Amino acid sequence: MTDEIARTLQEKFGDAVTPVDGFRGETSFTVDADRIKAVSRFLAERRDNAFDLLEDICGVDYPDREKRFETVYHLYSLRGKKRIRLRVPLNADHPVLPSVAGIWKAADWFEREAFDQYGIRFQGHPNLRRILNHEAFVGHPLRKDYPITRRHKLAAPTNFGWEEPAEARTGDGEFTVLNIGPAHPTMHGTLRILARLQGETILQAIPEIGYLHRGFEKTAEQLTYQQVIPLTDRLNYVSAMMNNVGYAMAVEKLLDLAIPKRGQYIRVIICELSRIIDHLVCIAANLVDLGALTPYWYCFRDREYVYDLLEALCGARLTTSYTRIGSHAHDLPEGWVERCRQVIRERIPRSIDEVEKLITHNRIFVDRTQGVGGISAQEALNFGFTGPCLRACGIPFDLRAAEPYYDYDKFDFDIPVGNNGDTYDRYLVRMEEMRQSLRIVEQALDGLPEGPHKAADRRVVLPEKERVYTRFGALVGHTKLILDGILPPPGQVYTATEAANGVLGFYIVSDGTKHPYRIKVRPPCFAIYQALARLTEGNMLADLIAIVGSLNIIAGELDR
Amino acid sequence: MFQNVLVWTVQNVLFPLAVPVFLLMGVPVAVWLERRGAAFIQDRVGPNRVTLFGFRNAGLLQPIADALKLLVKEDFIPARADKFLYFLAPACAMIPALLTFAVIPFGDTLQLGGHSIRLQVADLNVGLLFIFAVASLGVYGIVLGGWASDNKYTLMGGLRSSAQMISYEISMGLSIIGILILFESIRLNEIVRMQGELLFGFLPCWGIVVQPLGFLLFFVAALAETNRIPFDLPEAEAEIVAGYHLEYSSFKFSMFFMAEYVNMLVASGLMVSLFLGGWQFPGLSTETLISLLSLSWLGVSLAWLGPVLTACFQVGVFVAKIWFMMWLFVWLRWTLPRFRYDQLMALGWRVLLPLALLNLMITAVVFVIMVQWGVH
Repeated sequence: MTDEIARTLQEKFGDAVTPVDGFRGETSFTVDADRIKAVSRFLAERRDNAFDLLEDICGVDYPDREKRFETVYHLYSLRGKKRIRLRVPLNADHPVLPSVAGIWKAADWFEREAFDQYGIRFQGHPNLRRILNHEAFVGHPLRKDYPITRRHKLAAPTNFGWEEPAEARTGDGEFTVLNIGPAHPTMHGTLRILARLQGETILQAIPEIGYLHRGFEKTAEQLTYQQVIPLTDRLNYVSAMMNNVGYAMAVEKLLDLAIPKRGQYIRVIICELSRIIDHLVCIAANLVDLGALTPYWYCFRDREYVYDLLEALCGARLTTSYTRIGSHAHDLPEGWVERCRQVIRERIPRSIDEVEKLITHNRIFVDRTQGVGGISAQEALNFGFTGPCLRACGIPFDLRAAEPYYDYDKFDFDIPVGNNGDTYDRYLVRMEEMRQSLRIVEQALDGLPEGPHKAADRRVVLPEKERVYTRFGALVGHTKLILDGILPPPGQVYTATEAANGVLGFYIVSDGTKHPYRIKVRPPCFAIYQALARLTEGNMLADLIAIVGSLNIIAGELDR
Repeated sequence: MFQNVLVWTVQNVLFPLAVPVFLLMGVPVAVWLERRGAAFIQDRVGPNRVTLFGFRNAGLLQPIADALKLLVKEDFIPARADKFLYFLAPACAMIPALLTFAVIPFGDTLQLGGHSIRLQVADLNVGLLFIFAVASLGVYGIVLGGWASDNKYTLMGGLRSSAQMISYEISMGLSIIGILILFESIRLNEIVRMQGELLFGFLPCWGIVVQPLGFLLFFVAALAETNRIPFDLPEAEAEIVAGYHLEYSSFKFSMFFMAEYVNMLVASGLMVSLFLGGWQFPGLSTETLISLLSLSWLGVSLAWLGPVLTACFQVGVFVAKIWFMMWLFVWLRWTLPRFRYDQLMALGWRVLLPLALLNLMITAVVFVIMVQWGVH
């Protein structure tokens, strides 16, 4: 399929599109700035295997090059199960290119981020404003010449220039502006929504993000590849291990390093356990927002048992930092497998059942969530939805089945799918996904092979402690690894895993040194949250609460 | 002479003072029930740390600690609040709540040495109407509190609450009329007394037996009137961050807080009186109790012992029933999610109101038929 795409692109666009060598088997093309929109439209609207999912748009800064900036697009075709990358080089003095927001609605916020962090301007973008940094920020922080310690203060929050009209109390132009968040019981994390209300009906609801922007990507450029791992815990902090795994997988692809089967199965187990605890949080918080205060406790009670397992495994409940490049912090401790089995057989199914009995057919809950915040499959995909929110619309897209990694194709599990993409379906999909994850964990525990969990590559994986203290060679190797760090070959990779919220992608550019040149995280809820305005228009304030809760927006992942 | 004065004092000074005090003392117990009940339902323990002389007392002291904390908190007023209304609102919420209990009887009339002491603060001839009239005033407290705080969230809470309470008051009133028809009286102590009779020889003639639909409707309407889940939209924490009492702190907040629990107690008292037989214990009439509890079979011969112990027993029965209803309130709060505003209004106007009217019509028809047949 790669050749076919390359051929058709060359035929249609000639020199504007040039294939780049397939490092680690990935398909990339360099595209001229003025043809990017035409190329995107062509790829998005192909008859066979259209690239209907825009996964990511980001910028990269190469100050040594003549064309300093590069805008990188990652497109995915659901039917063809194929991913391609488009790279658009731009001049330093005129970093302008047409926006593709008209083709994929998902491009909206991704282009805003590229503008915010690099200063790349997108012509025709409906709303090119800063997104992660505040509006009083000066400069573009991810540029290589921007010092990481420079800060800018913000005096007052933005209100998008909305003012209540002087005649707000009379006439039918009457509306109130309500500020929801960032400190609000229902805003899970630091989210802010500015809502125009007419009575209780929402005329317009605009989210503002960036309150938890901590500069993960800029910081990562100063650290070594191993030092980035603890930072990844703080991305999606309710399922921290999935971020660890996603990042480790990306670096291992960069190194072309395969980890042994045991290591892979361990990663599958911890990923599925993390998926379960993520869904438990989402459902519990969503229900609390709707007034059902008890299921929260049932969910969190059993979350404690999983946390006990994670703590036994790596010593921490949330800031796990469990994976290493090519290996893990420790192997599974003794008795862990039996404890895990007990948890997944007795504890977690119990809380899922209890919540099911209380809530799923409760008339009040159904009235509050059915038909609320629905979106069609087509539009959801166009917005860049992935994960449970997309599956609730009816599209059975799951990377574990589409691009199986770590032997997921050997496990027997179903992919739950909804009908209407409304809040009720999202809830049901998550409930069922938890049950399926339990099946996977059970199978992984049964099939857990013996053997090493770390790859046997001395340039990447630390030697065993016994050898370090007894063999000189191991001591030197250990020292070199810690001081010099891992040195991957120059190149770029993009890997994606099916995280709890959807497709979590890591795009890593390496220049051959021990510091990553560029790490871009593709957060699943970034694409989902930009649809909020569309989902809530015309609904009531109470529905906005229900919808935001069901989308599972984790600020740590959203803002990085 | 002295006895007359004493009886008059007890009836007209002691009871009016004691009943509100007991209601307010009931608030810490209600809070304890709520928190321990919630914990029980949620598979956890609940507050059990506040100790006195080394004894934890099952967390019963926690509400006292909470009250003390609320009292010593900083009492701030939002800068642009309407001061008069801001101060008036908590009082407007609390006073009607306490007043309503005046006509609820908590025991049969005490006959002591020729004097009768009514175990009721005020035996008004308008009885139930007094309750509905005064309880409606409680809405003002919420609405004023929401408006005077100069905050959009509280305003929304106040608006939601006023619409909700007005809608459900109608159904509440209509659901009672069936009881009024059957018991042919509007005075609560007569209604309670009549519930001591037995139907078909064994079934106590409680309101819930003769008017089951009325009880259900009244219970749902009472949930809405007291702003309890599933009708707690005015204070929906997730949506409007505590709603109408958001900007209140310290004592004024505790006034709102207590007013809510007092409202619950009053609603429970009303339901108990109208539907659950009030202070009646099925099978034990007042006469039976007096003769039992005078302990004459033990050889004691104190004239006042029987009546006084009977009164105590009946008050105890009444209190126990109230706490059963309070437990229902708590149980429902932690089990159900809450309604959305339009669904709540639809329920009040399109479901409860027609059902209440239907109940009324059926009761009226049945009653007329029964009168024709000479049954009642």
